[in-house]
Amino acid sequence: MTTIREWQVGQSLPDVTLAPVSRLDLIKYAGASGDYNPIHTIDEEAKKAGLPGIIAHGMWTMGNLAKLFTSYYEEGFVQDYFVRFQSMVFLNDVITLKATVKEKDDKAIRFAVAAVNQHGKEVIKGEAVFSLYE
Amino acid sequence: MYQHDIGKRSAKVKNVVERGAVKKFAEAVGDPNPIYWDEETGKRSRYGRNIAPPTFPRVFDYGVIEGLKLPAKGLIHGEQHFHYERPLFVGEELYCYAEVKDYYEKQSSMGLLGFLVIANNGEDADGNLIFTSTSTIIINEAVRKAMSV
Repeated sequence: MTTIREWQVGQSLPDVTLAPVSRLDLIKYAGASGDYNPIHTIDEEAKKAGLPGIIAHGMWTMGNLAKLFTSYYEEGFVQDYFVRFQSMVFLNDVITLKATVKEKDDKAIRFAVAAVNQHGKEVIKGEAVFSLYE
Repeated sequence: MYQHDIGKRSAKVKNVVERGAVKKFAEAVGDPNPIYWDEETGKRSRYGRNIAPPTFPRVFDYGVIEGLKLPAKGLIHGEQHFHYERPLFVGEELYCYAEVKDYYEKQSSMGLLGFLVIANNGEDADGNLIFTSTSTIIINEAVRKAMSV
């Protein structure tokens, strides 16, 4: 397996494409996170809020995107993780997770991170700083 | 609108990084890596125990900021930032509190928008800050009018 230190500026971690967003995904996330806002699980409530239908929790997408780093935890940890929620995520959207090295030194690697939908639109976008152990 | 709330804090609330909750959360974000839930993997890791996923602080109770009145509906989560001194360990106790960091307004094509920045902090038993989870909440004109504020 590649160590995280081997990635060079401009290179990307392998993309991860998720299964289409399902109702069950959002019900599970509501239960696990405690975010029971019904716009994420009940169609009528989403529509009442002026939405076309159920939308994914922004934090569900952000939580998924962090998994690009999980296999490197023997080498360091995610010290900073920032995202801007750019677009809504709907049921059946197909989300691809991306991380590209922007900067690196002996102490940390800064990644540009994004989750992109099947239309090529960034639904969330930001940065992660992976702090390296010595 | 919320300028006078800047600097207000909740009282600290004790939380535990609960094993079952970490496992459930990791599964819910599609990250069933054994570092989060398998005790043997945790023991063998450099941490000596299981850790929590980076967005897990979403589950904690941060207390209530007295006097801060947010609308029940219609808020938009604009930005989110997590900062850590180290990963969270399964089983540890954290003392959590919320603080209003900032409030500002911007005119946009969709009318006047309010931006409320709330920092949710977690400290260890010795009072060392372990993480800060900062959310920027957007309040649009429709929500503001509904509140009559």
